[in-house]
Amino acid sequence: MLTCFGRDATSRPFHMSTPKLTPVGAKSGKKPPIPLSQRTPAPIDDELQLVTAARAGDITAFEALVSRYERKIFRLAMNITQNREDAEDVMQEAFLKAYEHLPGFEGNSRFYTWLVRIAVNQALMKLRKRRPGQLSLDQEIETDEDSFFREVEDWGPSPEERFDQTELHEILNKVIAELEPPFRIVFQLRDIEELSTEETAEALNLSVPAVKSRLLRARLKLRQKLNKYFRRGESS
Amino acid sequence: MKCKNIIEEISSYLDGAIDPALRAELEEHLAKCKRCRLVVDTCKKTIQIFCNSDPVPLPDTTRSKLHSALMQHLHQAKQIRHE
Repeated sequence: MLTCFGRDATSRPFHMSTPKLTPVGAKSGKKPPIPLSQRTPAPIDDELQLVTAARAGDITAFEALVSRYERKIFRLAMNITQNREDAEDVMQEAFLKAYEHLPGFEGNSRFYTWLVRIAVNQALMKLRKRRPGQLSLDQEIETDEDSFFREVEDWGPSPEERFDQTELHEILNKVIAELEPPFRIVFQLRDIEELSTEETAEALNLSVPAVKSRLLRARLKLRQKLNKYFRRGESS
Repeated sequence: MKCKNIIEEISSYLDGAIDPALRAELEEHLAKCKRCRLVVDTCKKTIQIFCNSDPVPLPDTTRSKLHSALMQHLHQAKQIRHE
């Protein structure tokens, strides 16, 4: 079965030794989370058809693309800007720019990846305008490496099953908002939007090693923050 | 391999982007070290939880603002193309 890690099997194969580290939900016998690949509303072929039609001026086709991705683009914009009004502006500007530049879209990447890059640029501009001189994605941020070994506890087989969707969203929004922007944005692009390391580096104008380093620290920091919600025996 | 080295390699390990010899060394350590096993396991779950989380539906006002702005712009752009 494909998991999040295995969605792009060529670039991100997942090798986890068993039986010690089994997939989420496997021990409980309950259904594991649905892989994103199965939740994606339509195949890429369909996306290509819509993009082709939209390029030819079919507004309905472009509307279909907007409807398909508006939630994800809004989440991306919210996670980067941390401000609803800014996120609304970013989403609107991103779709308008995408429409405007659609004739130049050559189809070398997925439309969605291209759209994400436009939205990220808009969001970063917004963030820099709001906090001039404060946002530098390539700045070095000191991390307390020893802290990653604190609060190491078992979460049980599937923490997702202990919270309803609303509670889970609140927790995830809260912990990701606490990350410094350079970590938050790299994690967002790499692990939520599933851009490759190279695509993330290109979108953020960072080197590949810098993306890897930020991603590692973002993952570890989020793990640490989630620990207080998900450790076995905790339910709130 | 020491616990501290595990931390540096977690991402590559979880992404499957690790040298096979290093992976074997890392797994040998994980088999012996419960603490590192928990760090790796909970790190993996962290990624999966975010990865599996669907975005929430757009608030109605946000959606209607977006669609009216787009429609206005798109129809104008189409008119200009046809002129």
